[in-house]
Amino acid sequence: MKEAMENSTAPEPAIVVRNVSKNFILPHERARSVKQSFTGLLRKHRGNVETQKALQNISFDVKSGEFFGIVGRNGSGKSTLLKLLAEIYQPSKGDVTVRGKLVPFIELGVGFNPELTGRENVYLNCALLGFSAKEVKAMYKDIVDFAELERFMDQKLKNYSSGMQVRLAFSVAIMAEADILLVDEVLAVGDADFQRKCFEYFKSLKKRKKTVVFVTHDMGAVREYCDRAILVDRSKLVAEGSADDIAEQYLQLFMHEEEAGQAKAEPAKEGTRWGDRSIVIDSVKTSKKTLSVNDDHLEVTVTITAHKDMENPIAGFLVKDSADNQLFGTNTRIKKVRLGDMKAGQRLTITWTAPNIMADGRHFIDATIEHDDGISVCDWWTESASFMVHKTERTAYEITPPIDVRIERA
Amino acid sequence: MGIVKRIRSRYHYSLVLLRQMVITDFKLRYQGSVLGYVWSLLRPLFLFIILYFVFVKFMRIGAGMPHFPVYLLLGIVLWNFFAEITSNSIDSIVKQSDIIRKLNFPKYVIILATAVSALINLLLNSVVILIFMLINHVPFTMGILWTPLLVLEIFVFAMSLGFILSALFVRLRDINYIWEVFMQALFYATPIIYPLSMVTEKWPGVAKFLLLNPVAQAIQDIRYLAITPQTQIISQLVHHWYFTAIPFTVVAIMLVVAILLFKKRSPYFAEEV
Repeated sequence: MKEAMENSTAPEPAIVVRNVSKNFILPHERARSVKQSFTGLLRKHRGNVETQKALQNISFDVKSGEFFGIVGRNGSGKSTLLKLLAEIYQPSKGDVTVRGKLVPFIELGVGFNPELTGRENVYLNCALLGFSAKEVKAMYKDIVDFAELERFMDQKLKNYSSGMQVRLAFSVAIMAEADILLVDEVLAVGDADFQRKCFEYFKSLKKRKKTVVFVTHDMGAVREYCDRAILVDRSKLVAEGSADDIAEQYLQLFMHEEEAGQAKAEPAKEGTRWGDRSIVIDSVKTSKKTLSVNDDHLEVTVTITAHKDMENPIAGFLVKDSADNQLFGTNTRIKKVRLGDMKAGQRLTITWTAPNIMADGRHFIDATIEHDDGISVCDWWTESASFMVHKTERTAYEITPPIDVRIERA
Repeated sequence: MGIVKRIRSRYHYSLVLLRQMVITDFKLRYQGSVLGYVWSLLRPLFLFIILYFVFVKFMRIGAGMPHFPVYLLLGIVLWNFFAEITSNSIDSIVKQSDIIRKLNFPKYVIILATAVSALINLLLNSVVILIFMLINHVPFTMGILWTPLLVLEIFVFAMSLGFILSALFVRLRDINYIWEVFMQALFYATPIIYPLSMVTEKWPGVAKFLLLNPVAQAIQDIRYLAITPQTQIISQLVHHWYFTAIPFTVVAIMLVVAILLFKKRSPYFAEEV
């Protein structure tokens, strides 16, 4: 529906990218002294030079007034692409055409000098963004008011706290009116209050129909702000489409990767273990390395071997999130299930099934085997396995169970 | 009107940037010093006192030259102007790497700002020189009105070298050491602390050759116009007009090379610095 609407108006694209490739030449030892460059000249085939293909044959359009996302993992080439759009880099092949005044925010406070005062830095930063002293004078008060730094403007920047510096830089940035804004995700770092300001600013940009190119790997932000997006992976454009589609494909990309990785390597993080080892946990596995919204359940399979005869041991497990919050867990005594008496050498497999109520992110499993008394430990293995959960819904809470909402109007 | 407006809008950003960079440069230059800008005047003053004692009282080099102390000071100040532009330009691009990697802006402004800062410094120094000229009763002639053009010659020459050196320095970090040695040699190859007549007496050919250097030619011409007609200048030593044109040709060639090289290299500064 959205597509059709845009086609009918067909605005002139703000940015046109055609068959763009970017190669970086990486000398293994940078020839920076005369001797090296002379020996380099003598050698016909420069064997010590490597070409890194940062981007290969990328084409896309950004329409005027569009909030456009560029997503990709670290090292995928998305930041290089942003720098090409900002004309900081030159494409090795192809063309980038930009219509209108473009202001890049690859970093806040570009050119800030700690030896200058806040006021002087505002003037310098604004000049870099293209504002004359006269224009800065007109908006100076707004900048200072927004940053809430009136009292500090005649102090040197080096005496500012890092929070104050970011506030000042951000105030300058949002005053910069341009047709096209390039925004790197690094903008949205900082404390919660600052992030809120950033996102409010994004909302206002969207409302004012500014053309914004936004680079991120936060799929929540993509779904919330972007009209369309592209997915860049391994220096190639993998997909182009609606924000929801691209966000979904991005998550899929991760899942495939994680599943492929599972075959090769067992849990990357070896947890701590203790106990008398009368019974030993051999392995802890989850049914899937990555759970998506569509997976209703988490299945944990624990294999144990008895090294001594043991009467009625107790097996348990615990799921934690990456912030070490203990989310849930149980054991066979609570569940009133008997493992029975075990003979030395005997093996058992215990399978736990729990609903997928976990929030987005990495989770860890602690597995335990205890004596009948529930006090002495046979084997207690923290972080014996880990798994990823991908959920599109984000809340401020530790768990994200499926919640329905219904509204009835009278 | 249309053309003027178009040129203004095209270079608006560069001018805004240039202004702010020069201001920043001056603010940082005397950062934390008590006397601040006054040092711009005090430095040539103390230099003059030292030169006066060393060359006039003890070594008596410029015995035959009228107003030799002022003659000497003028030469040194002009040389420093040339040296300041070139040596400050060399690493100026690399020093701004932080901005270059995050923003696209006309890189030539960096060199231009360095050169304009030096020019302002020269103007401040000129005040001191004028005062000494008055004290020494140097006769003023209408010829002095030509000196700005010769200063412009040094300015363009130094800036052209600045463009070339700074662009090369991005890839070849030995340039500044090479240039430092070269400048020391050039200092003595330029008739600054000795009158050129000392050379002309013994080796007239060498004296001619020395004046092919645009800096030497311009300094001698400025001294001729501002201080004393006893200064030896290129048009006196040679008798063909085309010989006189060589220093100016050197400046013009350097300027063209500088523009071509800098235009070719500057789009890649962001990935190379």
